[in-house]
Amino acid sequence: MSLFGQTVICGILLGGMYALIAIGMTLIMGVMKIINLAHGALVMVGMYITYVCYKSWGLDPYIGMLIAMPALFLIGCLIQRYMINRLVEVDSILPENQVLLTVGIMLVLTELARLIFKSDYRSVTTGYSSSTFFVGDMSISIPMTVGFFIAMAFTYLLHLFLTRTDLGRSIRATAQDRNAAIYMGVNAPRVTVITFGIGSALAAAGGSLLLPLFYLWPDIGHLFTAKAFIITILGGMGSTMGAIFGGLTLGIAESLGATYISMGYKDVVGLVIFLLVLLFLPGGFKSLTKR
Amino acid sequence: MTAKSWLTPTIIAVVALVLPFLLRDPYPQHILIMILIWATLGTAWNLLGGYAGQVSFGHAAFFGLGAYSAGLLFLHLKISTWWGMLLGPFVATAVAVPIGLICFRLRGPYFALATLALGEIFRLVFTNWVKFTHGAQGILILSTFPTKLPYYYIALAIWGLAMFTLNRLINSKLGYYFVSIREDQDAAESLGIPTTRYKMYAFLPSAFLAGLTGAFYMNYIAFIDPHVVFSLGDISVMVILVVMMGGVANPWGAPVGAAIYIALNEIFRAWLGSANVLAFGILVCLVILFLPNGVMGELGQIRRTAFRQKPAAAGGGQK
Repeated sequence: MSLFGQTVICGILLGGMYALIAIGMTLIMGVMKIINLAHGALVMVGMYITYVCYKSWGLDPYIGMLIAMPALFLIGCLIQRYMINRLVEVDSILPENQVLLTVGIMLVLTELARLIFKSDYRSVTTGYSSSTFFVGDMSISIPMTVGFFIAMAFTYLLHLFLTRTDLGRSIRATAQDRNAAIYMGVNAPRVTVITFGIGSALAAAGGSLLLPLFYLWPDIGHLFTAKAFIITILGGMGSTMGAIFGGLTLGIAESLGATYISMGYKDVVGLVIFLLVLLFLPGGFKSLTKR
Repeated sequence: MTAKSWLTPTIIAVVALVLPFLLRDPYPQHILIMILIWATLGTAWNLLGGYAGQVSFGHAAFFGLGAYSAGLLFLHLKISTWWGMLLGPFVATAVAVPIGLICFRLRGPYFALATLALGEIFRLVFTNWVKFTHGAQGILILSTFPTKLPYYYIALAIWGLAMFTLNRLINSKLGYYFVSIREDQDAAESLGIPTTRYKMYAFLPSAFLAGLTGAFYMNYIAFIDPHVVFSLGDISVMVILVVMMGGVANPWGAPVGAAIYIALNEIFRAWLGSANVLAFGILVCLVILFLPNGVMGELGQIRRTAFRQKPAAAGGGQK
């Protein structure tokens, strides 16, 4: 029983951090209506920035995060402003052009990282990396718990931002109906730029929180892109609350799969859930609460 | 059929048949074979993604199934992997039927994501099912032919088959149905086109050709492992980029894209070493930004820019 409890708690903690990455993606998806395949690569860039801060100045990953986030905000804004927004007006046969552009961006970011840092596995070892505490006879990792609570704090701040500020409201308006928002005087292109920036900054935050737990190498981005997608679809595009539930579901499913089936098949568990949701609940969890 | 419509294919066929005698070294011949493999795979994708508008992010599944059909025949039954060229395409097509029935319920980005997930599931299963597939260890065989020449002609034949299939399909009633589904699925349905069935008519040949290419790849490269043949980045996504670069929904898009992709890959690798994928990524971004319909799709535009003519009156770009 304690194994089961530990597995579930571990899944919830991990899922909370995944959720933070996925919220970044779901924001972008909600506003832009595009699939951002570069999202995992942005997580990876954020992780490397935090890693460099740790290596060269000895900054704790949780402090390095505060450098990585504004940096990624800027990178995200630039990508949106000078690349993706340019494509909106272009006439092409397939609407998936923007998706492919994000693939190109992903390639460029991944390969830049490979050029600078080589393909070596790197890790950050802090004093608390492998420390745990016990609840009953379940051992729970401290960096996971800290990461989970920081992720939840960010999610709450984002929620306040989206519901209480003018800018947040214009982001939600653009996501609901871009044209209507423009008629109401929202500067939609500027909103998309800021949204992409915020989404990237959240990706960086998620990456930094996971840095003490994961090995870091340039291709790690693919892993996070896949997870963020699954969560986004589970939760419903553009829904912050949905992303949290999606994140927790994926975290628990993966962790149960790893404990009770096998480590190798744990990703299959996530993908199968993803397909089932896609087929039988296409709106994600969001559509359940609307009824 | 007018004389002109036969002219270009004939010239290309003759050039393709003679080419290996002009380029006798194994290295250029290898490049030609790789171009043909990618051209076939791209043509298969183009049929479904370009014409019918169903952008699949999981074509590696069919490529990999074709390759593994051949490899597993050798591994378990000890018979030549060439039989895989017969078995592989049918396995891929058979698997495509349920996949199509499931995924065609979804549209646009959701379809793309579903195929992406399916492709990844295949990769993970073939990696972890060690007893049956040898897992990440892969399958290694001995090459049948010592020279590249036989492989070249087989690859050429497969590509010819793909081009023939594509042209027959898109110039028939089916082709118009495909395009109508791509442009507006609801309108197509309201005009009485059973869209799911016609998407299948695009999907099954596409999977068949991808499987055939995969089986040939097994025979040619003589080594496969799940991370190569089921790769999301190196096969599924790359085939889309290849077609995108050459020209979506253009019969010559895939071959042109494949030639550009392989040639650039080789040149960049020689010049830039490990930075070749980086250069390729930058190029992909530039192509999508400035030639959104690919080289063949924007041919008119490119010509006008090159010869500094005024733009034609009514958007003359080939579509």
